[in-house]
Amino acid sequence: MTYLMYIGYLVVFGVAVTAVIGLLASWIDRKVTARVQYRVGPPLLQPVIDLVKLLGKETLIPSGASRTMFLAAPLIGFASVIAVSTILWTNSLSGGRSFLGDLVVVVYLLAVPSMSIILGGFASGNPLASVGASREMKLVMAYELPFVLACLVPVILSGYTLKLGDIVGYQTQHGAIALSGGGALALIVCILCMQAKLALVPFDAPEAETEICGGVLIEYSGPVLALYRLMKTMLLFVLPFFIIIVFMGGLRLDGIHLVLFVLKYVGLVALITVIRNTNPRLRIDQAMRFFWGPMTVVAVIAVGLALMGW
Amino acid sequence: MSVTLNALLKSPWVFHLSTGSCNNCDIEVLDCLTPRFDIERFGMLLAGSIKHADVLLVTGSCNRQSAERLKRLYDQVPKPCLVVAIGECSQSRGMFIHSYNCPKPLDAIIPVDVYIPGCPPKPEAIIAGVVNLIQKVKGAA
Repeated sequence: MTYLMYIGYLVVFGVAVTAVIGLLASWIDRKVTARVQYRVGPPLLQPVIDLVKLLGKETLIPSGASRTMFLAAPLIGFASVIAVSTILWTNSLSGGRSFLGDLVVVVYLLAVPSMSIILGGFASGNPLASVGASREMKLVMAYELPFVLACLVPVILSGYTLKLGDIVGYQTQHGAIALSGGGALALIVCILCMQAKLALVPFDAPEAETEICGGVLIEYSGPVLALYRLMKTMLLFVLPFFIIIVFMGGLRLDGIHLVLFVLKYVGLVALITVIRNTNPRLRIDQAMRFFWGPMTVVAVIAVGLALMGW
Repeated sequence: MSVTLNALLKSPWVFHLSTGSCNNCDIEVLDCLTPRFDIERFGMLLAGSIKHADVLLVTGSCNRQSAERLKRLYDQVPKPCLVVAIGECSQSRGMFIHSYNCPKPLDAIIPVDVYIPGCPPKPEAIIAGVVNLIQKVKGAA
């Protein structure tokens, strides 16, 4: 019976609900971007229409590409996003199902979509895609260190637990972790790392359209491209969801807390959009310097504050 | 009409290719993306890679150098795709019609779905041309 329940969580929440919310969020992102630029923007169903259209197109495989890897890479990324969202949903909807170390599993799985993009970029055998993949690789190395450090803060503050359920439980009793000094700093670091994980401006050097023509995804077309786009769209829900769970009190279904959850999520998506619309693209070396310099320092300070219990 | 073709007409991503134009048509194409005209209302986006494109916007008079590249690019677009000829040069070769360097008009090299005349065509004309294209595909299917 428990297996059936997990499969239900996987299909209903891990895939369907996450995809729907992600598509809605990506529409909000495009619409807000358009309004910022005094444009009208796309209609509500545009992200869905884009996906349906891509499903009807040809999949071209370049002659120099490694065929299996080229087709398998998006599947790997997609599967890991589904796994993360299933873990997060299961945790939020039935708190007792949290297992020891699921925070570590989530942090690991959140790195896999970037890996799949690197694999796909190198497998496509295109020089521009290789440039994009190598930039993505540098970006991963740059933001993982502050991201993991920032994720340590809630662990320390909630009494050295690696279970997401316990972190949420601690926050229900003592208030959100973001309200403490260390937690607030770690939240800022995490939001900027999220921006880099989503490969949005200012950290979109791996897919810079104006210099390397879309970078890693340059050779992808048709359903495979649709899979990559769906993966990114779902990440637009999964990453803010993770941040809300770890720093901002998590998802609770009773009354006002559900409204608060929606507000927190919309706030995070709006923040991502505003950052993306008000910044120029950083060169990859500037991005690395930013993450290894100021961001790591801030994350270390946050960990220090957390160790002192602030 | 199939669902995917219908979706294609509602989200045509365009790839913009200059085969040796004077850049005036290209500027007018970019004008369509500006706040005044905003073709993202119709789901159109400028694609960075030819593999993401659904519509090929061709400007310019197809000289000997670019004609070969044009053919190669046309083979690389994932089908189904549509081709739009923008400006006088891409239709009749304009003032280059007697040039040694422009042996053939665009529609003798690849099949063209819609022609947008003008030197350069206004952004309004380009949008009207794309609307014509959508109606033509809808009528044919």
